[in-house]
Amino acid sequence: MIEVIYILWLRQLKHYWRSKARLLGSLGQPLLFMITFGFGFGPMYTRASGGANYMDFLAPGIVSMAILFTAIFSGLEVIWDRQFGFLKETLVAPISRTEIMVGKTLGGATIAMIQGLIVLSLTYVLGFRIPSLASLGLGLIFMSLIAIFFTGLGLAIASKMKDMHGFQLIMNFLIMPIFFLSGALFPLENLPPAIYFISRIDPLTYGVDGLRGAIAGMSTFGIYNDLAVIGALSILVCAIGALLFSKLEA
Amino acid sequence: MQNILSVKSLTKKFDDFTAVKDISFDVETGSIFAFLGPNGAGKSTTIKMLTTVLKPTSGEISINGFNVLKDQDRARASFGIVFQDHSLDEELTAYENMVYHAVVYKVPKKERAERIQKALEIVGLWDRREDYVKKFSGGMKRRLEIARALVHYPKILFLDEPTVGLDPQTRNSIWTHIKNLNEERKMTIFLTTHYMEEAEAIADQIAIIDHGNIIESGTVEEIRTRTETESLEEAFLKLTGRGIRDENNETANKMRMIRGMGRRNRH
Repeated sequence: MIEVIYILWLRQLKHYWRSKARLLGSLGQPLLFMITFGFGFGPMYTRASGGANYMDFLAPGIVSMAILFTAIFSGLEVIWDRQFGFLKETLVAPISRTEIMVGKTLGGATIAMIQGLIVLSLTYVLGFRIPSLASLGLGLIFMSLIAIFFTGLGLAIASKMKDMHGFQLIMNFLIMPIFFLSGALFPLENLPPAIYFISRIDPLTYGVDGLRGAIAGMSTFGIYNDLAVIGALSILVCAIGALLFSKLEA
Repeated sequence: MQNILSVKSLTKKFDDFTAVKDISFDVETGSIFAFLGPNGAGKSTTIKMLTTVLKPTSGEISINGFNVLKDQDRARASFGIVFQDHSLDEELTAYENMVYHAVVYKVPKKERAERIQKALEIVGLWDRREDYVKKFSGGMKRRLEIARALVHYPKILFLDEPTVGLDPQTRNSIWTHIKNLNEERKMTIFLTTHYMEEAEAIADQIAIIDHGNIIESGTVEEIRTRTETESLEEAFLKLTGRGIRDENNETANKMRMIRGMGRRNRH
């Protein structure tokens, strides 16, 4: 059981490691956001907030962003497996669908965590500082929960998709709104009711808020509430994913 | 046990198109069984059901004594399969593909290296084990898939058009390997192919499926006698007609269903 999960995990890490273009390419977007938003909106934020540093606010958001996109992509990779035929090899093996789901979730989440950690170290270069080791530890917990939740979500979506045609739809109507309305870039205050409502049902909102609370000391809902929400959601999405995988036909 | 594979009243419906209609057959342990039929006759759908990829609408399948629907994992451990289309991970090396397979099929750790080496040697790919699969030719990929299917010592090996698109040399070598596996390891072989002369040369038993029904079965000799023809190819054409069929895939299934309805309406 452990070995099966391990080999599924290892395969994904090998893919990740061997595709240097993807590794570097997926760092480009968060870096771009961090620099353009950080320096572009920085002065405005400082003036509006009465002296606070925008980079402190933005850094956890950008780390979450890197994790969100990598995790979703890793989950959706199952569609490629399906198209290239490799999914069948895994599905006819005498292993439980839960093992497949767990192995793939851990593989995708590990990759997303690595990307998140790289971005986190880049924020250091841009002047972001984490106050203590304890807050880094707590931050890592939030980062892994965000990674697990969104890999699980990607897998659950992928199990229902036959090919990549629906990809744009998912990006533009699910992932981008999740990102923009999570409070990663701007504070979720004084918003119109509709936007406010969406931001409150956005799972990433609680991940970003928790991470920001942990590593930058700013939280709207309180770290433990965030932890409860994103933790519960991670378990839920993995359970749903395992259920969908059990019905998967190649 | 006499029959390694036993199929009873197997049916598969897609919406209101029936791809496989209430078919029953047995495959004797240690034999080579050829499952033939034109494109879209229901071959691949049947193989998918036999190998747990697709759930039957109704009917029963037993492999190596295990019910494929109820005792899925033990049934899965009993067979090996080479799919019609590629199923290798091209971003991994040949050896890594083999290890992946050995682990998910729970081959004991200490036997793994030896079994993988033997399987790769059988298909002549041991020297290329460290190469990425994406660098392999079509024939090499096919041979690797056959080697991979052998690692967990299956009792029955399913081969869905294993020689399609390969040159005569490679086809020849693949059939030699398959024949050897059957003779030396007493492995049952279940194969589909469009090359009638290949089926004629290798198969002990043949079943011909068309429009989801098994329309003929027996040895090559019996089929030739019953259809009063000289070769399996002639018998096949006599039984299934000379009209050209659509390719078989999931969209084609639906297309056929729609066209089939049109055809019925015109009559």
